Amino acid sequence: MNPKPRLLAILDVITILLFLTAVGMVFFYAPLEAVMGQVQRVFYFHVANAWVGMLGFMVAAIAGIAFLRKGDRKWDIVGLSAIEISFVFFFTAIVSGSIWARGSWGTWWTWDPRLTTAAICELVYAAYFLLRQGIDDPDRRARFGAVYAILSFISVPLTFISIRIFRTIHPVIIGSGAAGAEGSFEMAPKMLQTFMFSLFTFSIIFVDLLWHRIRLGKLAEETENLRLKTLQ
Amino acid sequence: MINTLILQAPAETTRYLIAGYTVIFGIMLLYVVSLVVRSRNLKREIENLKQLDEEKK
Repeated sequence: MNPKPRLLAILDVITILLFLTAVGMVFFYAPLEAVMGQVQRVFYFHVANAWVGMLGFMVAAIAGIAFLRKGDRKWDIVGLSAIEISFVFFFTAIVSGSIWARGSWGTWWTWDPRLTTAAICELVYAAYFLLRQGIDDPDRRARFGAVYAILSFISVPLTFISIRIFRTIHPVIIGSGAAGAEGSFEMAPKMLQTFMFSLFTFSIIFVDLLWHRIRLGKLAEETENLRLKTLQ
Repeated sequence: MINTLILQAPAETTRYLIAGYTVIFGIMLLYVVSLVVRSRNLKREIENLKQLDEEKK
């Protein structure tokens, strides 16, 4: 295993600093929302988590296409890494959204189009891990994984546009929302700055974690090869 | 006057803020720890496998 690259070490430091700044902005810079109160602050990292989720699922679909075209196993590692990170962040977005909903809507969960499509999306990607677990041959596993990552990506734009095409109570932050949306609020300039900074920070966190996870994937591949060599 | 002040005050939702960020920070921390632990275990396994391979030779 190669030692940690200097660039990755620098990225780690930048990521931590950005994260601490974002946390500071959420709690001390962004003003208190007039109606919802403190729970509105959950929104900054809730959306950022969902953004990382969708970003990673997109990266995995692109990696899937790259694998099918070139057959290089490194794209399988990229796809798996992106989906694993996004799965975790998207799950966090769902749970933090549920907590926000309890404080804002008065319920933990409702079968609203956004919540439903988000839950389906997460389950679709949970099945990705089950699929991989069921295949022993690494090449076959990579091929099936790539096809699945591409096909399952359909659930991502569906989740994103669900609040724009269906009647929903989920607020739309960018663009105009449905008339029945509950929990919408006008973003003050400081709120918008905090929101955009959180999105940027979480994008960097994603890149940093992806790099680490790819290195872990390569380590796992090395272990698997060594195991096969030792058994022979 | 008091009624107006009560109506204008934001809802008291601090506990949901705490719950929300506990979940967010908690899951992120768990994931980072899982990366570190898995990496350490794999490195250890590689060392063991290399040792086994050398013993076989």
